Amino acid sequence: MSDRLAVRKTYKLYVGGKFPRSESGRSYLVQDSNVALASRKDVRDAVVAARAAVKGWSGATAYNRGQILYRIAEMLEGRRDQFIGLGEAPADVDAAIDRWVWYAGWSDKIAQVYGNANPVAGPYFNLSAPEPTGVVGVVAPPDSPLLGLVSVVAPAIVTGNTVVVLASEGQPLPAVTLAEVLATSDLPGGVVNILTGRVEETGPWLAAHMDVNAIDLTGALEAELARSLEEAAADNLKRVVRPSATPIDWHADPGLGRLTAFLETKTVWHPKGV
Amino acid sequence: MTATATSAFADIGRSDAALRTFLHGLPGVDQVGAEQRAAMLGTRSIKTTAKAWAIDLAIRMVDLTTLEGADTPGKVRALCAKARRPDPADPEAPAVAAVCVYPSMVPVAAEALRGSGVHLASVATAFPSGQAPLDVKIADTRAAVAAGADEIDMVISRGAFLSGRYAEVYDEIVAVKEACGDAHLKVILETGELATYDNVRRASWLAMLAGGDFIKTSTGKVPVAATLPVTLVMLEAVRDFRAATGRQVGVKPAGGIRTTKDAIKYLVVVNETAGADWLDPDWFRFGASTLLNDLLMQRTKLRTGHYSGPDYFTVD
Repeated sequence: MSDRLAVRKTYKLYVGGKFPRSESGRSYLVQDSNVALASRKDVRDAVVAARAAVKGWSGATAYNRGQILYRIAEMLEGRRDQFIGLGEAPADVDAAIDRWVWYAGWSDKIAQVYGNANPVAGPYFNLSAPEPTGVVGVVAPPDSPLLGLVSVVAPAIVTGNTVVVLASEGQPLPAVTLAEVLATSDLPGGVVNILTGRVEETGPWLAAHMDVNAIDLTGALEAELARSLEEAAADNLKRVVRPSATPIDWHADPGLGRLTAFLETKTVWHPKGV
Repeated sequence: MTATATSAFADIGRSDAALRTFLHGLPGVDQVGAEQRAAMLGTRSIKTTAKAWAIDLAIRMVDLTTLEGADTPGKVRALCAKARRPDPADPEAPAVAAVCVYPSMVPVAAEALRGSGVHLASVATAFPSGQAPLDVKIADTRAAVAAGADEIDMVISRGAFLSGRYAEVYDEIVAVKEACGDAHLKVILETGELATYDNVRRASWLAMLAGGDFIKTSTGKVPVAATLPVTLVMLEAVRDFRAATGRQVGVKPAGGIRTTKDAIKYLVVVNETAGADWLDPDWFRFGASTLLNDLLMQRTKLRTGHYSGPDYFTVD
């Protein structure tokens, strides 16, 4: 019997729950693997997919979203060795798994913490409740391709947002492998869309897209790029999370900042009756 | 062709037998060939200035349609305002070809469109099923024309056509055409119910022989609406009909065309099948409700250089 030929993998994009090649047909080489090089039209398709997913995902119960995030942690646990094989430190993989669980727990608690029954001078119930912003563009941290990625995606989606992620350009393999985890975790298609390629090329299209409601620039480490993306985002008043001035320790307690960055507060007045 | 040819066609409508002989004598449609040709034309790449031109042309070809039981005068007025000025942010955006409504909404739409140059189309003849007595259909048509419609979209009796009673269908179209007076008559074939491309070709010829000014694919009320191959077959029919009789007939695909990409594919098929003479709102229309917003979004993208979103355009 002859020796088996190895099956070489082509890493593709993750858009709308499917794994398409780039519309442009381009790819680039990372660690001897071909990785899709996304174009502006892939950004466009990803935003369409993300927008289509908003209704179902934000309308799902918080309990259900939490269960799905927990399921992602389970599936990630099962592929732990695969991520280590891609060069991730075991401690990073474990922290990424724990981060999913941590954010999963917040799904049905965030409204208690950030919602409120406001005292008003009148016979009304006055209730404030946090609601998702909508479609969030995310420039993922280039230096922490798994833990950093999970740390920016999980807080955005747990509250009901959908995301279009520009993965780490230099180390995209963990992001695409994470997409395989997401695709098998009951996460509805389109909630997370992952594009690999050059942030300088796709970032401006995502930042200027009028159907994106917020953008997380955590991964835009070059000051000039971050500045131009923030300017492009101003046209439709996107919520913007600026890159951190100091390097982020992804192992530290994440706090609730990223969770609340993509929430809108809705306040309703309701007559009390008698 | 000559006058004798035209008069030869005039005799065909005299009887079922003559119609059957003629319609079944039309060459059969190569189904695989038609589908491959349509798919191949759909791969043409239309970019930059050509795309901008195609988008503006497609906007000018749209029959902005609302055919719901829930239509209200307010909704129709809003639709008419959109038809006159599709993109309020850009005065350069052209108006659409027509607004298409149910007969009961024609007076409202006529008022809202007065002086705009936008045509007013009304469906008639017991739309969408066509299952009503002939005098009811005639009355339906007359009422719509009297109320101000200058285009009538009629449905043929698919039941009669499919059972081979061609003369009945023919006479019905002739009668409705007469009731239209000066209004243009679009004949809806409902190709989704005709089953084969051969039937589409026959129904197209039947509608043209009976005097239809336009042939239209679908009502939009059955699962299978306009498709590219069906439109290709109809465009071949109008091309051949003009070659045979000298009279030009328009084509209107309706239903299921939602994106700019689809619309441009249709324009390519028009140009390559019937010819550039049909690349005009007088000879080719899109029956659509959601297509217009996508055209406007693509237009805005070309104008501003970044992607637009559905939030910036009215729903109806």
